[in-house]
Amino acid sequence: MKATEIVKQVKDKKIKAVEILERHLKIIKERDPEIGAFLEVFGDSAMKAAGAVDEKSAKGLPLGNMAGVPVTIKDNILYKGHRCSCASKILEGYVAPYTATAVRNLINADAVIIGRTNMDEFAMGSSTENSAFKPTRNPADTTRIPGGSSGGSAAAVASGMCPIALGSDTGGSIRQPAAFCGTYGLKPTYGSVSRYGLAAFASSLDQIGVFANSVEDTELAFAALSSHDPKDATSVKYPESVKAPGITDLRIGLPMEYAAASGAMDAEVGSLFDETVKKLKTLGAKFVEVSLPHTKYSVPAYYIAASSEASSNLGRFDGIRYGLSVKGETLAEVYKKTRGRGFGSEVKRRIMLGTYSLSAGYYDAYYLKAQKIRALIKHDFDEAFKNVDVIFTPTTPSPAFKFGEKISDPIEMYLSDIFTIPCNLAGLCGLSFPAGKSKGGLPIGVQFMARPFNEAVLFTLAGELANAD
Amino acid sequence: MNITEKDVNDIAELARLELLPEEKKLYTGQLKNIFVWMDELNKADTASVLPTANVPGPENNLREDKPIVFKDRDAILNNAPDREYDFIKVKKVIQ
Repeated sequence: MKATEIVKQVKDKKIKAVEILERHLKIIKERDPEIGAFLEVFGDSAMKAAGAVDEKSAKGLPLGNMAGVPVTIKDNILYKGHRCSCASKILEGYVAPYTATAVRNLINADAVIIGRTNMDEFAMGSSTENSAFKPTRNPADTTRIPGGSSGGSAAAVASGMCPIALGSDTGGSIRQPAAFCGTYGLKPTYGSVSRYGLAAFASSLDQIGVFANSVEDTELAFAALSSHDPKDATSVKYPESVKAPGITDLRIGLPMEYAAASGAMDAEVGSLFDETVKKLKTLGAKFVEVSLPHTKYSVPAYYIAASSEASSNLGRFDGIRYGLSVKGETLAEVYKKTRGRGFGSEVKRRIMLGTYSLSAGYYDAYYLKAQKIRALIKHDFDEAFKNVDVIFTPTTPSPAFKFGEKISDPIEMYLSDIFTIPCNLAGLCGLSFPAGKSKGGLPIGVQFMARPFNEAVLFTLAGELANAD
Repeated sequence: MNITEKDVNDIAELARLELLPEEKKLYTGQLKNIFVWMDELNKADTASVLPTANVPGPENNLREDKPIVFKDRDAILNNAPDREYDFIKVKKVIQ
């Protein structure tokens, strides 16, 4: 059932929040042994929360806008009294001492938090294969990965285990798994959803966002999540004046550099993308070619910037305040042994990459260079958005790949983020949505990117497309 | 950029990571390839470009600088691997 439908029925007292929860727990019990989306199901606390919603309803008190909707959270988002591990051994046993603002906002809207989902360790990866605990399988084809890093959240929504899931998107970690699993995936504007209580990976890029099975559900969750939070200095008050014009008044940009890269793109992705362009034209949308000349530098620039920030952010995991602690003779030895054993292979690789990029003698050549490239990429978008309201691209160059296909070659894995990274570097909002399926039945996603605080434009376009189908 | 095993040792020391011999070998090869790929960035002309470390909103929203009491101290302290009373125990750092 769609989240909007659940809210309506719970508010109309046609169904109880507890019944909705029980239905979803049953689906989880049936499907998750095969899929592996969850690291933990919060059965008891979810039952209490759902019961509290029903009690409120029985007393005739007004219910929130997400009344009774079961929501899962990515395992890097805190929920007080519940474990949070970032899918890493270094945080095993950690219990959240407070609740993230995003989760608090959902609870205040009467949503029910039902579990934490699997991910690439510390959100570093594009396949969820970097989880220290288990693989997650793509519901459309269980021999394939669900994407990453929010793979568990995408798989949970795609297989009907929950209508809404939270993820985080640093370079595509919501949109890419959404595309691979066939769901909607929103990376909101940088600053529009508080990150207080989100384990920091790359602070200048990280953004909490939403997985859902429809535009309406995505919009519903985003409205509940977005708020100004004094506890996150990058959080801003969402401007209320942004209203989306109708589809016939919108100009959609097609970046010529992405078309040029189509040689490296899967043919079925290309043809479904073209088909969606045709549909949009039929609906009256106008297309304009735009140029984003620095696109080709975005992946290496991103991996320098994000890894540099990560090497600093992950300094806090030292075996002293929380999680794993490996004994040593000296304090330095405790740090080194704990971090050496607690972090997985990709996390260590990125910490090394970031530490090197920031180190004396290499700072200018790598970190500073990447920051300059970032300025150029942002400038590309500023120029493009002078002529268009939204930019349309595929979400990924190919559908979901097989387990093990890219895990041994980091660069190959990094390049699967080519279409999603620029959005984060420029602080834009982006929405991936299903364009259809490959002949083999694999979901294929395409994305709209819009200026900061123009989520309404994304919802309008994706909504019109969905209604036309 | 050519990364050697000595570079990997130095970076691991800076990053406080104890690596196994096979990890050192793996990372030497992989980081070498990654930095060769990174050198692509040198093709972009950035001579007159100011770096951007962030793409913030219109302004910083700094809150008033006043202390707020966190009520659940135990929830924080209970996460510490080694604790005595209300203190987190660490190895002696001053000889």
